[in-house]
Amino acid sequence: MTGILTKMLGRLPIGWLQLLHNRMRLLAALAGVAFANILIFMQLGFLGALSVSTKLPYQLFDADVLIYSPDTNTLGDAGTVPRQRMFQALSTPGTGSASLVYIGTLEWERDDGGTSSLRVFGVDPDALPLTGGDIARMRDRLRLEDVALLDSKTRGVPQALMESIARGKSHAFEAAGRTITIEGLFTVGAGFDADGYLIVSDQTFLRLFSSRISGAPNYIFVKTKPNVSPAALVVRLQAQLPGIDSVVRTREQAATADQSYQLTERPIGVVFGFGVAIGIMVGIIIVYQVLSTDVADHLSEYATFKAIGYRQTFFLSIVFEEAIILALLGFVPGIAISIGLYAGASIATGLPIEMDATRPFLVLIGTILMCVISGAIATRRLAAADPAELF
Amino acid sequence: MNAPFSYAATRLPTDTFTGVSDDPAPIVTKRLGHSFGVGEAKKQVLFDIDLEVGRGELTILMGASGSGKTTLLTLIGCLRAVEDGSAKLFGQELASASEELMVQCRRRLGFIFQAHNLHASLTAMQNVRMGLDVHGLAAHKTWQGAAQHILELLGLGDHLNYLPSNLSGGQKQRVAVARALVGNPDIVFADEPTAALDKDSGYQVVAMLKRLATVRGTTTLMVTHDNRILEMADRIITMEDGRIVNDQR
Repeated sequence: MTGILTKMLGRLPIGWLQLLHNRMRLLAALAGVAFANILIFMQLGFLGALSVSTKLPYQLFDADVLIYSPDTNTLGDAGTVPRQRMFQALSTPGTGSASLVYIGTLEWERDDGGTSSLRVFGVDPDALPLTGGDIARMRDRLRLEDVALLDSKTRGVPQALMESIARGKSHAFEAAGRTITIEGLFTVGAGFDADGYLIVSDQTFLRLFSSRISGAPNYIFVKTKPNVSPAALVVRLQAQLPGIDSVVRTREQAATADQSYQLTERPIGVVFGFGVAIGIMVGIIIVYQVLSTDVADHLSEYATFKAIGYRQTFFLSIVFEEAIILALLGFVPGIAISIGLYAGASIATGLPIEMDATRPFLVLIGTILMCVISGAIATRRLAAADPAELF
Repeated sequence: MNAPFSYAATRLPTDTFTGVSDDPAPIVTKRLGHSFGVGEAKKQVLFDIDLEVGRGELTILMGASGSGKTTLLTLIGCLRAVEDGSAKLFGQELASASEELMVQCRRRLGFIFQAHNLHASLTAMQNVRMGLDVHGLAAHKTWQGAAQHILELLGLGDHLNYLPSNLSGGQKQRVAVARALVGNPDIVFADEPTAALDKDSGYQVVAMLKRLATVRGTTTLMVTHDNRILEMADRIITMEDGRIVNDQR
């Protein structure tokens, strides 16, 4: 290692030798850097899970264009849009088909004593504007009263129950005074506000949520005619529909708008962003503490080097060498522990907390920057003094 | 503004002293003074030092502690900014000199301090190497031979790869001497170099400086209380209360 560094630096790797000389300090410094890395990785992991889980249910939508209320920010708080807008949309050139979608939230008190908060989609089984899993196959069963399909990744549901439903054994539970029978599965995955998703027919939905009326759905799902682009249809529908009660977006645009609302406007997104900033600050402070103590301990040696004729840049390069070594060596346990914690947190929460391809590079570059900034601050004391005053 | 002069970093031990030189005297000071502190707490410790030291001279500075010897050494040695009067090294004015000029001057000097100031993380060889690396790439390619040679001359051939913590006080001091001399300095400044050494190795170090003076024209300015080495000096300067009171050759 010393030999490699000597070749790379073109001088003795004094920073490395200094770090190696004081093993306890090196270990403490590496633990500090790793800790800061873990903090940052965890916050980014949660932020990523928020971002991914927000977009997940949109993949279920077999629709090109969504029409919804202007006060809708996200699926969970969707306002209502007049059913009339569907007929207007159907009369707009380029529209292939359209159907109404109702969204509500249902508390499922499970047999095992736990409760799952389910986001319920009520859809017309004839139009069936949702895809995936058993959905298409279960079209006819969905027409029956109180039949439902359940998200197979619903948080908190015992694995055995999911397996028995998957084998074709239905499962009944009571909610809102009715007996709901789960007869099939599809897959979305839990988010930050819902534990899972449930699909029922529009008729069942209106029975479950007696305060809702069929004339006021939450979404109108529109499919384009062949050879019509969703973007072009959006423009036409926007011209056709009153902006005061209808927003028209492609499915992708709606998902992205929802995501950016979650990340930037809801407190939860801001909190995680804040967590990342705190992690960076903790890292800078720890590394600064280590490097400035190291500089202080070696002040008389550095003064001697200064007396021999070494320049300020030489000392800066020693401290940067130490900073970069700390960043690289601390990053290894940092990312290893983070991957383990991701797996644990993902199992515990059912959230899609995963390492993506770019995050390690971002964090590594950030760590190196963090360490170099700390190093630059730590050498300031050395810059001004006459060597004689340092003895 | 003084332009930084060029110094051939690659000068090797074969570069011998001819005894004939047009160069100005290595050290010239005129009315050099120095004060510590500011305002009412200001205390002058050095007054009107007029000193000229020629090439190849081994000069000893004597005087009670507090007489200003070390301050004078650090001023001429570019370790402290010259603020009062004038001090010239190799003809270059140090008063209000640029940092770059100071760096260039320091590279032509060798320092032996009272404390060894070795780097605790570096072996004896590596510590000596630090005295060579400062001269750039050419010096640094041949470092091993030069560092080993000088450590052997100082009787440390068996301790080349020891860390300072495994060396005795005298051995450490000799490594520090090796670090100061390996770069082939034009002037050696030594502040009580023999304090940590036993009689033999103290004598050995001063004899080495004396030989360098004869062979290479190395100028030495040494602060010492050690009467054993006075006989080897070309010149003995005595200081008292910040002034030179006696100058004898």
